[in-house]
Amino acid sequence: MQETLISFEHFTFQYRAQSEPTLYDINLTINKGERVIIVGASGCGKSTLAHCLNGLIPYSYPGHSEGKLSVCGIEAKNSSIFELSQFVGTVLQDTDGQFIGMTVLEDIAFSLENDCVPKEEMLDRTREEALKVHLLDKMKASPHELSGGQKQRVSMAGVLINRIPVLLFDEPLANLDPAAGKAAVELIDEIQKKSDTTVIIIEHRLEDALHMGADRIILMEDGRIICDTTPSVLFAGDRLLKAGIREPLYITAMKYAGIDLKPEMKLQRIQELELTKEIKDGIRSWYYNQSPPRKAEKSANLLSVDELSFGYTEEKMNLNRIGFTVRNGEMISIVGKNGAGKSTLAKLLCGFEKSDSGSITLKGKEISEDTIKERAQFIGYVMQNPNQMISKPMIFDEVALSLRVRKLSEEDITERVHRVLKKCGLYEFRKWPVSALSYGQKKRVTIASILVQEPEILILDEPTAGQDFRHYTEFMEFLKELNGHGITVMMITHDMHLMLEYTERTFVFADGEMIADTTPSALFSNRELIGRASLKETSLFWIAEQAEIPAEQFIEKFIAYDRQVRN
Amino acid sequence: MAAILSYIERESVIHKLTGTTKLIFFIFWSIAAMVTYDTRVLIVMFFTGCLLFYVSRLKWTEIRFALIFMFVLMAINMVGIFLFSPEQGVEIYQTRHVLIHLFWRYTVTIEQLFYMFNFMMKYMAVIPVALLFILATNPSEFAASLAGIGVNYRIAYAVAIALRYIPDVQKDFREISQAQQARGIDLSKKDSFMDRMKNSSAILFPLVLASLHRIEVISNAMELRGFGKMKKRTWIVGRKLSARDYIALVMAVMTVVFSMVVTFYDGSRFYNPFL
Repeated sequence: MQETLISFEHFTFQYRAQSEPTLYDINLTINKGERVIIVGASGCGKSTLAHCLNGLIPYSYPGHSEGKLSVCGIEAKNSSIFELSQFVGTVLQDTDGQFIGMTVLEDIAFSLENDCVPKEEMLDRTREEALKVHLLDKMKASPHELSGGQKQRVSMAGVLINRIPVLLFDEPLANLDPAAGKAAVELIDEIQKKSDTTVIIIEHRLEDALHMGADRIILMEDGRIICDTTPSVLFAGDRLLKAGIREPLYITAMKYAGIDLKPEMKLQRIQELELTKEIKDGIRSWYYNQSPPRKAEKSANLLSVDELSFGYTEEKMNLNRIGFTVRNGEMISIVGKNGAGKSTLAKLLCGFEKSDSGSITLKGKEISEDTIKERAQFIGYVMQNPNQMISKPMIFDEVALSLRVRKLSEEDITERVHRVLKKCGLYEFRKWPVSALSYGQKKRVTIASILVQEPEILILDEPTAGQDFRHYTEFMEFLKELNGHGITVMMITHDMHLMLEYTERTFVFADGEMIADTTPSALFSNRELIGRASLKETSLFWIAEQAEIPAEQFIEKFIAYDRQVRN
Repeated sequence: MAAILSYIERESVIHKLTGTTKLIFFIFWSIAAMVTYDTRVLIVMFFTGCLLFYVSRLKWTEIRFALIFMFVLMAINMVGIFLFSPEQGVEIYQTRHVLIHLFWRYTVTIEQLFYMFNFMMKYMAVIPVALLFILATNPSEFAASLAGIGVNYRIAYAVAIALRYIPDVQKDFREISQAQQARGIDLSKKDSFMDRMKNSSAILFPLVLASLHRIEVISNAMELRGFGKMKKRTWIVGRKLSARDYIALVMAVMTVVFSMVVTFYDGSRFYNPFL
């Protein structure tokens, strides 16, 4: 009989500040050595569930609970965050925030220090853990010298050092580029196999998390567990989509091709899936029945960048002789790993930094010498986190800010603000405070506050990070609509789905160079390019290969069909 | 950014001393400088301080901004002393050599100038050692050393963690201010002072929110890893005192003794060249 480590029995939890419980009647057991992925739309209670496990509830977030929760034989109710942290090690989403020490060495040793372990023993154990996560050569590095993936590995070592039986990951992939995410999942897999640790992962990016394989997927909706089963059973049905979660693309592709999916087909991982002749034929016939999507007509040139170079220091070039032309009304994605130069490019275009050489031309006019303020009338920049942009308590004032600074008359301001609020679907909220809005709506407010300056190009940094599938679709359709009104959109993103589904052109960056200017489907059919840009292959490519049909066209047809189905 | 003083790694004897030693040395040194107004002591201390700074292999150019800032503060302080008590020097030294009468109660006397010179020298004697302490002490080691001399480790760690996250907050600040400038918010000198004050709230408001969020993440992360569980904690960067630390500590004690002896030898805190 398997050893039960975690058991919820009729567990209900309500935050002190809330009028309704966030978790209802949770029944769940997790055994030793299991790998469990918890999915659900934003606000479904999955983070709350995690907080109950590691003791942040009720230690940091007080509230009232009913029912039973035991962790490694201990009643959570009678326990403390310190006792629970000996059993459950938590790796949070924010790779910077949770890096507490000044160096890798200190961060890994942090919990040992708190346990008053003598220094000599700490040094030995820290080295041992650093070896496990392949960071032994980085012991003296400070967090600023590390990549996101490396910082996350430090955090893993920092909890593993306590030899804990349960590892809990709260959206581990959200801040990583696709290749780093893949590496992270593989490392978790390796550690789990070696130590027989129980692994619980909360993650939106289900297909990426499943790369390591999972025993079970727990699907949550509105504070309840609505499904607790193996991946294969879940994928054969349609409950994921109904709960607003994206299925792995290979599953969606097979469903579109009309293939009757059965749990016994080993749907859980693409590595295990066997495509029978029947399935391949199904995919092939679907492919040949789809007409190729229409290509957009080419419009006039809007923005040209030529030989653009820039370095923060003299020794290192962060951007090296970049050149491209953007046409009016395009929707472009900019991809590549962290530090490849994507954000630097955006900063140069907006004038936040001054280029060392090269030119930026907008509608035939050289703008390299223009100030930030002058450029803002043509190029708008939207940061990833709306909370970093919003500075007024009321929505109207926030959107009106840039016009008031320009000292326009109040009537003009009201007219323009109302117009842009209508465009962004926020008109009925115009008298609301910003704090009453959801994350996605706040994001719209920041876009409205930029659009009110009537720029022709909108640059967005990670527009959909941290949003679930439903909000992602809503938000991206909104951007698509703006794009339809003639606004050119450029997006910096790690999200391969976004790139595939919403952009017709993509700029690929690696180490300060622009290594490709191509279509997303062509990019995904080029293994070498994917590797250089730290991206991850899509399972659609694999399906096309298996079915022996041209991958690029297959991906294009799939995306076009998918958009039709979803709208 | 050179504007913020922070740890600079170098190979030097000073860097090799433990944080505890440097902290105690700094405290003793400050006491010695606070107690005395004896010009001879202060001058010796100032030159010794400069010598120590030289030994540390840090460069004055690395702290130019901080120095200018401190000199400005010192100048303001001097002007303040003169405005509020222009006859302080006369009172102390019991003589009155007038250089020039300005207006009303303000007369420049040699005694006042000498008094103010002494006052300035007190700063000058402390500044090199204070800078050394800040620049040559690894922040985590500093926290460890604070705890080492009996400060509650929670408070000691708060200092280290503030130093750890300063660069992150600076980055937030830079990004927020750039994004707000793109909305036409100008913080340059072109706008009036009032406008600039108003505009800076557009940066501070998000920055404060972002920082509060960061604090929540950090404190959760710390508690999840057992911070605050026990009454004590150990430090992986903590070091045991070695021979050179004891030598430095003896020097610190000797400085205080030397300062006291020379100062109180003649029964007054002030060295009086006028009598």
